[in-house]
Amino acid sequence: MKRIIPMWIAIIGGFAMMLSSFVPLAESAGEMFADVFNVVAAIAFVLGAGSLAKQHLEKLSRRDAGWGYSIITLGSFLITLFIGLGKIGIHPNEQFPQAPYSGSNEMEGSAFGWIYEYMITPLTSTMFALLAFFVASAAFRAFRAKNTEAILLLVTAFIVLLGRTFAGVVLTGWFPDWASGLRLENLSIYVMQVFNTAGNRAIMIGIALGVAATGLRILFGIDRSWLGGGDA
Amino acid sequence: MTRQSKTWLVLGAVFVALLVARGMIGQGLGRVYVKRTDVTVKLPEAAVNNAAGAPSALASGSTNASTTTAATQAMETPAAASTASSSATTISWQEWKQVTPLEFNAAQKANPAQTEITLSWPRTIGLWLAAFFTLAIFSFLYADNPFYKIAESLVVGVSAAYWGVIGFWDTLVPKMFGALTPGLVKSLVQPSLVAPEKLQQISMIFALILGVMMLWRLLPRGGWISAWPLAFIVGVTAGLKIVSHVESDLMAQAAATMKPLFVSVTDASGATNMWDSWWASVANVLLVAGVICCLAYFFFSVEHKGVVGGAARVGIWYLMITFGASFGFTVMGRIALLAARVEFLFDDWLWLIDPNHFRGL
Repeated sequence: MKRIIPMWIAIIGGFAMMLSSFVPLAESAGEMFADVFNVVAAIAFVLGAGSLAKQHLEKLSRRDAGWGYSIITLGSFLITLFIGLGKIGIHPNEQFPQAPYSGSNEMEGSAFGWIYEYMITPLTSTMFALLAFFVASAAFRAFRAKNTEAILLLVTAFIVLLGRTFAGVVLTGWFPDWASGLRLENLSIYVMQVFNTAGNRAIMIGIALGVAATGLRILFGIDRSWLGGGDA
Repeated sequence: MTRQSKTWLVLGAVFVALLVARGMIGQGLGRVYVKRTDVTVKLPEAAVNNAAGAPSALASGSTNASTTTAATQAMETPAAASTASSSATTISWQEWKQVTPLEFNAAQKANPAQTEITLSWPRTIGLWLAAFFTLAIFSFLYADNPFYKIAESLVVGVSAAYWGVIGFWDTLVPKMFGALTPGLVKSLVQPSLVAPEKLQQISMIFALILGVMMLWRLLPRGGWISAWPLAFIVGVTAGLKIVSHVESDLMAQAAATMKPLFVSVTDASGATNMWDSWWASVANVLLVAGVICCLAYFFFSVEHKGVVGGAARVGIWYLMITFGASFGFTVMGRIALLAARVEFLFDDWLWLIDPNHFRGL
């Protein structure tokens, strides 16, 4: 019972979605399932929030190492949630002035917009920017031109990196017109248009086949590992 | 005091000293100016009539009026104002748009007593906080430290709440509450809401039940109940992904690979350009051959020997070139982000550079 019902829910939901793409009559059913899916996924955020709060409250109550940071996490979480859900500092949308909560949370000057602009954007973009150093450092240590494959990877990376910066133009800009194809900026374009396209295309075709096969295994009830407790 | 603490102390002191010095030179640094705009909007007649009978919804709108936008929303309805004037059916607030220091200086020069363009304290504090967060995260390059950990904790808390809020207002309110409590959503959030159909309401009750079942996982017992909504998510995702991947990846990519192996490129006069034709043909041959060779490498049902083995080997070379290009692109993207953060620090915060001529340096 604990496994059969979920399996049938997955099968019905999955086939309804597939059918809606092929049978025009089932289109509205597909849209309805998609709406239910979106709502359940949005409610899942509550589950995520609950798990986050539970984990950090436990850390706080046990006075684990770094419990002070849990206060920051919980505090920032609750404040952002309060501001966002309450639409603090939002005036109504000019189209619907009679509806007090019709304004967008992201509007300029709103409290939620302030959090987005001055907290989320700098924090997340700097986190990603930090990766530039680590990627460069890892590449320096890991890349060794010891065989054909490694040489191809290295040379391509250099062509793409140099070909899209002024350094590439400066380095090979003096090539005569009849050899302009060998300029780094042009080589970079050829690599991207031909070799990179071919490789990516094959990868995408492979992924599509893999997704279709895995999806069908789930929908036919062959793969039940997602239910937990093995394939039985 | 450990050596690391001493290093941080010295670095901090030098940094603060430089910051103070920068603040005393030229125009100073890190300020945000805003321009006030008064907005007055006429309320629809229906809303005014409703408000006359039940002013609470509109009054709650008044309390919701902007605090950070400093919108002291003056709302006058016939019910609220017995001395009704011609503005009895309007609602007004103030909007604050960010302007450049150059515009502020010009406004001050024209009229030193002007109050239209002013310094925004909330945004200036935000700017300094953003600079602090940027430096706190970059400090990880030296070593793990409390500043980085504070920033890291904030990322987790703020991001989780941000996506929760987006999910609530963009999905739950219009779809679920819009179907189950249309009157409330219509009066408070979305007056243009179309009345939901019966089937839509039933589906949203179903969604709500699944959502509640999902939350069961947080309780100590009966966690298996959350497997039902999980099953729904897994099934619908599988159904969606099968169709979308087969359509956009498999079919579209295979169709795009069906290219002519000989291409004739003609110039404006209609004559064939041999060099361009040759190159276009070679490019197509290389592309088609590359896709086939890469697929041969991915095909494990046949042993990679002989012709298949040779094709697979060429496929590996193509894949290595692809990975090299992806690596180059990733590094470029990260460096672009890094440049943007450095520009933020030097331009928006420290006012050391002025690439957009916002300060007239």
